[in-house]
Amino acid sequence: MGMVVSFWILAAVGIIAALGVVLLRNVFRAALSLILCFLIVAGLYVTLSADFLAAVQILVYVGAISVLIILAIMMTREVAQGSPNSRFQIPAFIVAILFLEVLVLTLINTPWPVSSMPPTAPTTAALANSLFGEGGYLLSVEIAAVLLLSAILGAVVLAREK
Amino acid sequence: MLTNYGYIGLFLIAVVLFTLFMVIIPIALRFLKIVPHNPNPIKNSTFECGMETIGRTWVQFNFHYYFYALIFLALDVLVVFLYPWAVNLRALGFASFVAVIILVAIILVGYVYAWKKKVLEWK
Repeated sequence: MGMVVSFWILAAVGIIAALGVVLLRNVFRAALSLILCFLIVAGLYVTLSADFLAAVQILVYVGAISVLIILAIMMTREVAQGSPNSRFQIPAFIVAILFLEVLVLTLINTPWPVSSMPPTAPTTAALANSLFGEGGYLLSVEIAAVLLLSAILGAVVLAREK
Repeated sequence: MLTNYGYIGLFLIAVVLFTLFMVIIPIALRFLKIVPHNPNPIKNSTFECGMETIGRTWVQFNFHYYFYALIFLALDVLVVFLYPWAVNLRALGFASFVAVIILVAIILVGYVYAWKKKVLEWK
């Protein structure tokens, strides 16, 4: 019961925040609205018993990506003027409607398997065991580190370009 | 387990209510005629901290800030791996410690590269 109530509150606030991202003229306010949207997604993860995912959502999206976006806005000229009208408003609307239709059709027509097992209560320890424990995905973790390394190198090389 | 999140939710509700309350207090007091309302240009000007701005307040920041943000983002993703390991450190033992050392060493190569390329320098 409490889960259902909290889900609907989160869903309503999330949709309002997402609409704010699209409709607000001031880019900075749109970014703040996006951060609220990220937080709401973390809350939705909590209602799905994915506590580690919620923590990662807050750590990476609310903590780091929002900093990146706000820094990019700080470097933007004429923020106070707001975003100008775009010529692509109507085509973008049509494409968005088509994309929504694809999403909804997939959502309805896919048979979603539901596990009968109860969800693992704290997921973090179980995740740690399968990542670093015996017979875990240790090699994949190290490869992910190499991927991160290449991301850092790529960012430095691309952003240093004059 | 989920009751803990209930407490977080309660805190959030308290935060929102407190913030709204703080905004509503002066408005309510003005409606009750307790606070007088006599604005003048000096009262409405920005005061307290800092000097009055000359030109526009929204200045463009140095592009160099962006490198810090990019590298911060990459190291933040590294924390995603360190966090479950740190939670289950006792059960995982020494082998996982070595694995994490390798993990951090790989990421440090990128950090040292950024350092050597003088990206982190302030000019």
